[in-house]
Amino acid sequence: MATLVVLLVFALFIGAILTGGYNKQMIERFRSHWLWEWLTTVDHKKIGVLYALGGGFFFIFGGIEALLMRIQLFFPDNHFIVGRDFNELLSMHGTTMIFFVAMPLLFALMNVAIPLQIGARDVAFPFLNALGFWLFFAGALLMNLSWLFGGAPDSGWTNYVPIALNEYSPGTGIDYYVLGLQIAGFGTTMGGLNFLATIINMRAPGMSFLRMPLFTWTSFVASALVLFGFPPLTAGLFLVMFDRLFGAQFFEVALGGNPVIWQHLFWIFGHPEVYIVILPAFGVMSDVISNFARKRLFGYTSMVFATLLIGFLGFMVWAHHMFTVGMGPMVNSIFAIATMAIAVPTGIKVFNWLFTLWGGKITFTTAMLYAVGFIPTFVMGGVTGIMLSVPPADFQYHDTYFVVAHFHYVLIGGTVFGILSGLYYWWPKMFGYTLNETLGKWNFWIFFIGFHLTFLIQHVIGLYGMPRRYFTYQAEDGITLFNQISTVGAVMMAVGAILLVLNIFVSYRQRESLVAGGDPWDGRTLEWAIPSPPPVYNFAQLPQVRALDCWWHEKMEGNKEMEPAEPLESIHMPNDTPLPLIMSIGFFIAGLGLVFRAFEVGIVGLLVVIVAMFMRSFKPDHGYHIEVEEIKATEKGA
Amino acid sequence: MSRGKPIGRLFLVFAMFALFMAGCEKPMSNVLDPQGKTGKEQLHLINLSVYIMILVCVVVFAIFFYVLLRFRRKPGDNSIPKQVEGSLTLEILWIVIPVILLVILAIPTVAVTFSQAKAAPKQQSDDFIRVKAIGHQFWWEFQYPDHNIRTAQELHIPVGKKVYVEVTSDDVVHAFWVPGLAGKVDASPGRINRVPIDAEKPGVYKGRCAELCGASHALMNFQVVAEKSSDFDKWVKKRQSPNSDPQTAEQKDGKKVFAQNCMSCHAIDGTQLKMRGNKAPNLTGFSSRNKIAGLLDNNEKNLDRWLHNPEEVKPGTYMPGFSHLDKKDMTSLKAYLQSLE
Repeated sequence: MATLVVLLVFALFIGAILTGGYNKQMIERFRSHWLWEWLTTVDHKKIGVLYALGGGFFFIFGGIEALLMRIQLFFPDNHFIVGRDFNELLSMHGTTMIFFVAMPLLFALMNVAIPLQIGARDVAFPFLNALGFWLFFAGALLMNLSWLFGGAPDSGWTNYVPIALNEYSPGTGIDYYVLGLQIAGFGTTMGGLNFLATIINMRAPGMSFLRMPLFTWTSFVASALVLFGFPPLTAGLFLVMFDRLFGAQFFEVALGGNPVIWQHLFWIFGHPEVYIVILPAFGVMSDVISNFARKRLFGYTSMVFATLLIGFLGFMVWAHHMFTVGMGPMVNSIFAIATMAIAVPTGIKVFNWLFTLWGGKITFTTAMLYAVGFIPTFVMGGVTGIMLSVPPADFQYHDTYFVVAHFHYVLIGGTVFGILSGLYYWWPKMFGYTLNETLGKWNFWIFFIGFHLTFLIQHVIGLYGMPRRYFTYQAEDGITLFNQISTVGAVMMAVGAILLVLNIFVSYRQRESLVAGGDPWDGRTLEWAIPSPPPVYNFAQLPQVRALDCWWHEKMEGNKEMEPAEPLESIHMPNDTPLPLIMSIGFFIAGLGLVFRAFEVGIVGLLVVIVAMFMRSFKPDHGYHIEVEEIKATEKGA
Repeated sequence: MSRGKPIGRLFLVFAMFALFMAGCEKPMSNVLDPQGKTGKEQLHLINLSVYIMILVCVVVFAIFFYVLLRFRRKPGDNSIPKQVEGSLTLEILWIVIPVILLVILAIPTVAVTFSQAKAAPKQQSDDFIRVKAIGHQFWWEFQYPDHNIRTAQELHIPVGKKVYVEVTSDDVVHAFWVPGLAGKVDASPGRINRVPIDAEKPGVYKGRCAELCGASHALMNFQVVAEKSSDFDKWVKKRQSPNSDPQTAEQKDGKKVFAQNCMSCHAIDGTQLKMRGNKAPNLTGFSSRNKIAGLLDNNEKNLDRWLHNPEEVKPGTYMPGFSHLDKKDMTSLKAYLQSLE
């Protein structure tokens, strides 16, 4: 603790020396810096970019962790990374990829696209939006600090007790997990709430629910799942936190506790979580496929209802992760049937995508390649999902590489392909220039082939009796070659990912020649009706929506722009504010304090949060207005 | 071993790899080639689901590739395709057909789920035996309540008899899995789960822990030794009245070393040692086991390695290293352990 204080004072000294001490100019200099604008922004487009940067940053960590594991598994009885170190890698890989990569990257797309798709000037609660991002970042950073101070969590991303309790995991690893996820979870819950409120309240005139683009629809359902799915996780994390920090003994059998309770709480969250990350990806696919087939989505209404049904059933099936816990044949059968039922709405979706393509005029841009590559990949992940829903068969698959293969097929083949498709699709909307298509295609093919090389063979590895989370296997198991193929595939995926980074870099250098107008893809939905990147207020006048695929509808009618639904008036905008950042720093300090059992530091951190909340509540902040002249000038420039 | 089991038909690639497998295949730990009734029932369900899923994949992939080839946009083609809203008939079709397929799958699923969950009959009989399997970090304890035997790392079962394994744990959650015989079941502290296993052929089957349980989760292997009924009875007799007395002077010294260093954790039945430790594997009949620590081939070199530095073999094990013993003590200890039959 003393070290921390010394470091803090030292940092203040350095700061004072470099800035010439505290004075008013210094604050001005801070405020005029470009970084300050990003740290305090409440603009949904900028927050979307921040989410993308955050998710991308942690993707590097998750990816390196995966590669290290695959290197260890290249040879039987390898001694590269074994024991607890390997457990730390697998725990952090899973946790990072789900909470700090998939979720923020989807939130990035949701932030960028949803307000534009429904014709809104921002989300319903811009302040909450910024807070959500900074909390996610604080939580993710806290958990990744564990690599440097005290060791990473080592009980899997599922964090089963009792292995996650003090007795069996005595370091600080699990404390990082418990506190990092709570902080990030606050942020995610706020994000979900915000998108629900936005989609319900802020749709443009004429944008009825059944005219919303499918990405907005699936994000809407996913947000509802966030709202109901995260509380059980928080409850579970609280129990583990109290157990570890204060010796609560919730899970101690001798005291009447029950370790299986954690598994239920975790999976009541965990299964909806699967749909939280896959549904928005479904939405991206639907929009991209319809766009590049130049056809309206086949069976739009049934797609919407299939989404709702998947969201609903997603809460009814959690125990299929626990068939081997010994819940008895009745419970197992009920959850097996409920799980199988999900195949029906998912099948509806797949066939509707296929029949959207049917009769269309398909253009294979990179975004479309990812969307098209998604269909067979996801179907393969889906059919193994049905196979896993058969309890006696699951007794064989459960916790083996077969399961690893299955969920990577849906999480990479579904979610990651969806995210990458959306990234290529909306990139011009975010930055005003497209990504390089040649490099994009290289990126797709190498990533796609590498992915199948890595994970197809893992089905076999599982059936040959290799459980997941094993840091080694023996030569006599006869799975050496399979594991080597899988590792080669993983390296190929890494090359694919590097190509994406290279593409972003190259495209930025070439942005003059890649410049995109408002509508580079001959789009159908509302976001393509405005300039790229959109002005800060998005729509000078809110548009009148007259059909599904409203922008396409107007183009077919021969109109050059959407018909305005209101006269040109001054626009009310929210002020930027550093409070979300300050609150998150408070939470971060509190989290770090609790990890190291320095409760006074924890209290200081929470005080920072409370003071910031007080300032937010009692300091009037009415925002500002953009006047008509300024809007006219901006619109002319664009 | 037969290669190219039904799942090989799922994807062409699988079949290709099946050829590779032929050379290096060590049987007995393969889900696709189970040697017991429970595993075979499970394989039937796996096969049924694979057939249905192949059907689904074939239909989807056929439409998929047809569409991709047929409906590409030619360069310069700016025509706008017909904007179709959907089709009620088709929607009903792809709701009804999957439902039928799922019903076909669900009926045997429920039937087998219930039939495999039956507990052991109350009264003892010659048709089955009962075994208790207890998971520890990172080894397995096996108790035969009807025979009054405690052993570790090696589960001996008679061929052709039903074996009801009652699985539980002493510390964290483990899972008991013998891939070549039957599916797994969790070993949770404070509760007992049951799995019926049986082997149709004599042989050694690899067993594993399937639930992350700590640093050496990957090394918590055990073996199921299936023997003819007569051999099993012999084994039972031997375990019930083991010959653990040292014969040579060296072995006698070894027993002393054992008493000074090992007996607070390890027990050896049939000795007059003051303690019968139960924190670590029971070592009765140590030399007849195939593996040391469930992992290394049972020979002197490996025993030496294990005794000197167990942490290097099994990270996180509770067994301390005994490299501080002098050479003579170590040699006599090994001699004693290797004399236990």
